[in-house]
Amino acid sequence: MCLGTLTVFFPLYMAIIIAFKQPSEMTNSVEGALSLPKTWSFSNFAEAMRVTDFWHSLGNSLLITVGTIILAILVYSLAGYALGRGMNARKRFKTVYFYIVSGMFVPFAILMMPLVKETAQMHLGNQFGVILLYLVFYMPMNVMLYAGYMKNIPVVLEEAAQVDGLTTWQTFWKIIFPMMKPMHATVAVMTALGTWNDVMTPLVIMSGTGQNTLPIAQLNFQTQFGTNYNLAFASYVLSLIPILVFYIICQKQILNGVANGAVKG
Amino acid sequence: MKRKMTPRERTYVKILLPILVLFFLFNTLPMIQGFIYSFTNYKGYGSYDWVGLRNYMDLFTDQRVWNSYFFTFKYAICGTILVNVIALALAIGLNAKIRFKSALRGIYFIPNILGGLIIGYIFSFLFTYILPAVGEYFQISWLQNSILSSPDTAWIGVLIVGVWQAVAMTTIIYISGLQTVPEDVYEASRIDGAGKWTEFRKVTLPLIIPLVSTNLLLTTKNFMMVFDQIMSLTKGGPAQSTESISYLIYRNGLDGGQFGFQSANAVFFFVVIVALSVIQLRSMSSKEEQL
Repeated sequence: MCLGTLTVFFPLYMAIIIAFKQPSEMTNSVEGALSLPKTWSFSNFAEAMRVTDFWHSLGNSLLITVGTIILAILVYSLAGYALGRGMNARKRFKTVYFYIVSGMFVPFAILMMPLVKETAQMHLGNQFGVILLYLVFYMPMNVMLYAGYMKNIPVVLEEAAQVDGLTTWQTFWKIIFPMMKPMHATVAVMTALGTWNDVMTPLVIMSGTGQNTLPIAQLNFQTQFGTNYNLAFASYVLSLIPILVFYIICQKQILNGVANGAVKG
Repeated sequence: MKRKMTPRERTYVKILLPILVLFFLFNTLPMIQGFIYSFTNYKGYGSYDWVGLRNYMDLFTDQRVWNSYFFTFKYAICGTILVNVIALALAIGLNAKIRFKSALRGIYFIPNILGGLIIGYIFSFLFTYILPAVGEYFQISWLQNSILSSPDTAWIGVLIVGVWQAVAMTTIIYISGLQTVPEDVYEASRIDGAGKWTEFRKVTLPLIIPLVSTNLLLTTKNFMMVFDQIMSLTKGGPAQSTESISYLIYRNGLDGGQFGFQSANAVFFFVVIVALSVIQLRSMSSKEEQL
């Protein structure tokens, strides 16, 4: 168990230590790379922020992730509701359900090349296009989760609401949507982890815009770091911090959410 | 004979229509386009001709495509086995009554939340500078050169990073499964005199088999689609020894003027993924047991 903890922390320890050091402290021996820095200086971080335009990339990453999460919860829960309820009564809804869920097996590799052309033609080769693509790409899994969750919500509730004169829309927003809360958490967590770290989609879709997300910035500036590993590692550490902070704050929800999603999925 | 739609069902249709359009536009349509392109010699720009099934025939004779499938399968099989064995062991350890259990759980999940690309860069440094220095110090000859620099060992480097990241997720799923196994089952097996290993094989394993199948499926799928780690660790090298299928499609399809040919590759890859999922689901569902 301790060995496992060591395996987890060692690469992170190394990254942080190197990020704080000056190139002159990096001798060719192991001690040179792994010993504590002589002075704890934040100059590498400041420099890395400048070189990689950190705040801009961070903004893009936040915009894409938060945008995707909000849309994901709204769209998937609505679809899950309509399909989860409609499926029992009509075959047509069941067909739609299977049509969407079968998309789970489609690897991004097959969609990638046509999507690059398609989004370019539709002027969606930007952050908004990436959000839309995520929304579609994560749809099968999450619609399945929401539709499955509808089984836990008794139909009687909706019938009672109808008797009280609520429309189907009102019923959804006032009764069903709040009851789906555990599922919202799961979907938000899984979507956040998936979109925040994704490289491939922004790489191929936003490549013409000069805009970066955090991972893409690392990819694009890799050559500029050259052999200045201290600068490079400062930049890596910077881009790991936001998600680590998020994890430390919401650790419990994240672990529960992930376990929930996988077991039901 | 169709029953008329209730107002409620009409609302469902109104909800679903725009979602369906979106899904069709960004999932089904590009898939169909990719399928169509796979029968052409399209370069990604300019004019193109129909070539019938030639791209598909060429797939089977193209050495680079073979290499990428060989690498990806080797990587996915080794990765899936390693991840599940390690994760199951960790899950049993973390499910036992030990101190700092929840703290340990939190720690073990960290690799999973970090991006594969940046982790790749960090490990790349580790493989290139730290490990060889350690090898030098202890006079271990195979460690003295970076494992990423040799075509024979580079895939092991990619594998280590992949496993390091994937174990976390799988462990969490196994733990949630182990928690559903009631304590009295273990008590009964202990009274019957079962040892730890027998208990695991005859009691625990059969009860969590559905989870094992979920995990095998998830890990295989993720490992088959490996991309980020390749991008940061090796860029497919050395000598194309670590070129995964996704990476090859990206590299040659978008930049290498092989749009049509790589579309055929992508279609074939899709078929492979579906076939694998079906086989795994079949073989696993026959082993499931109910308590």
